Amino acid sequence: MRLAELAGDETYGDKSRTFVFQDEGHTLGNALRCIIVRYPEVVFCGYTVPHPAESKMHFRIQTNGPRAVDVLRRGLEDLAKVCDHTTEVFQERMTAFKTANAS
Amino acid sequence: MSLEESKSKFILNEYGVANANATDYPGGFSCEEPWSHSKFQKKFRIEMVRYNKTEMEFDLIGIHAAIANAFRRILISEVPSMAIEKVKIFNNTSLIQDEVLAHRLGLIPLKADPRLFEYKAEADGEPTEQDTLEYELKIKCTWNSSAHKDATHPDDLYRNHNVYSKHIKWIPIGGQADIYKADQVGPVFEDILIDKMRPGHELDIRLLAVKGIGKDHAKFSPVATASYRLLPEITLMKDVEGELAERLQGCFSPGVIALEDNGSGKKRAKVVDARYDSCSRNVYRYDELKDSVKMARVKDHFIFSIESTGALPPDVLFVEALKVLKKKCTTFLDELREACAEK
Repeated sequence: MRLAELAGDETYGDKSRTFVFQDEGHTLGNALRCIIVRYPEVVFCGYTVPHPAESKMHFRIQTNGPRAVDVLRRGLEDLAKVCDHTTEVFQERMTAFKTANAS
Repeated sequence: MSLEESKSKFILNEYGVANANATDYPGGFSCEEPWSHSKFQKKFRIEMVRYNKTEMEFDLIGIHAAIANAFRRILISEVPSMAIEKVKIFNNTSLIQDEVLAHRLGLIPLKADPRLFEYKAEADGEPTEQDTLEYELKIKCTWNSSAHKDATHPDDLYRNHNVYSKHIKWIPIGGQADIYKADQVGPVFEDILIDKMRPGHELDIRLLAVKGIGKDHAKFSPVATASYRLLPEITLMKDVEGELAERLQGCFSPGVIALEDNGSGKKRAKVVDARYDSCSRNVYRYDELKDSVKMARVKDHFIFSIESTGALPPDVLFVEALKVLKKKCTTFLDELREACAEK
């Protein structure tokens, strides 16, 4: 398992959590944060790499209603969709460019 | 500076950037509009600019810097490539030390397609045809017996005194010879100088190449570099004519400012193409010109460039990078699903 939860939030319900991503860093952290922070129900979202020598990333979500896990899931799904769409557009433009320059 | 302008552009003032502070926190104005995939799809565009086998440039428009940066970071450190990892030195009587020679060999880019190979399960495990490529570098420097007696140039005096990457010979493991040809797995360039020798010096080396990622060692990075910059925007606030126009032209990169006739025989400055401007703030050195120009960069227009080391073309590398980022998302989504099922 590369995903865990940091202890300490259980007493306050499901609305806020700090997730620990093993072997991840700024690449995923910042990309995911920039999407999740734009959900209207999110009141705080931030990430940190606590120590440069440990390959861990802490990702915190606080909401005003929905469960933090659900927000994380939605964020990951949306980021995956961004990748899919970018791939699609890139490949389409690339083929168009190659055919235009071949003739 | 209007609010609209500060949302979409960074304003480059004489000293510093006017609006460099982040606004993407809950309540900040980049978060006023909630995230929606359909809106992203509508806004997002890619424009191809330049493409060849090793280099490409394209524009990513309507995307957040964090995501563009994720693509760049993944290209550099998480897209795999093949590189020499183990060097078995049976004989090295040349001047270069064993460990330095091994390091040099490691950095030679290989043509092998990393998608056709597996990662090595254990670093010290037996090499198999799925995870390893083997090469041999066996070369001996000798006197050139047919050299003219007055010859002084090393090229005339010696044979094999320069060891190049073309001297590396591929040795197929198992059934590899049926799948690949030597020129599909060898070094990308044949003229990389590895070592200089003199008569009597000898190399007898076995090389093992494996699949790896740039995070582990820079030699596994598939790109010479992958970078982006924001599209510059230069606006003339008032007419600049005559000598001032020429001075203004000199303040920017070539091709950015053109001089046109203003109708009465004087020259007038005009912005033609700000794209390739270096965004140096030379123009702010002249008090007469200071107020006639506004410099900015478009926040969501990334001029992305990828230089491949030669194994895969740059467009393939970009698609591979996207796959890596998607894989990260799906891995953690799967873990969340499993965790929920357990509860």
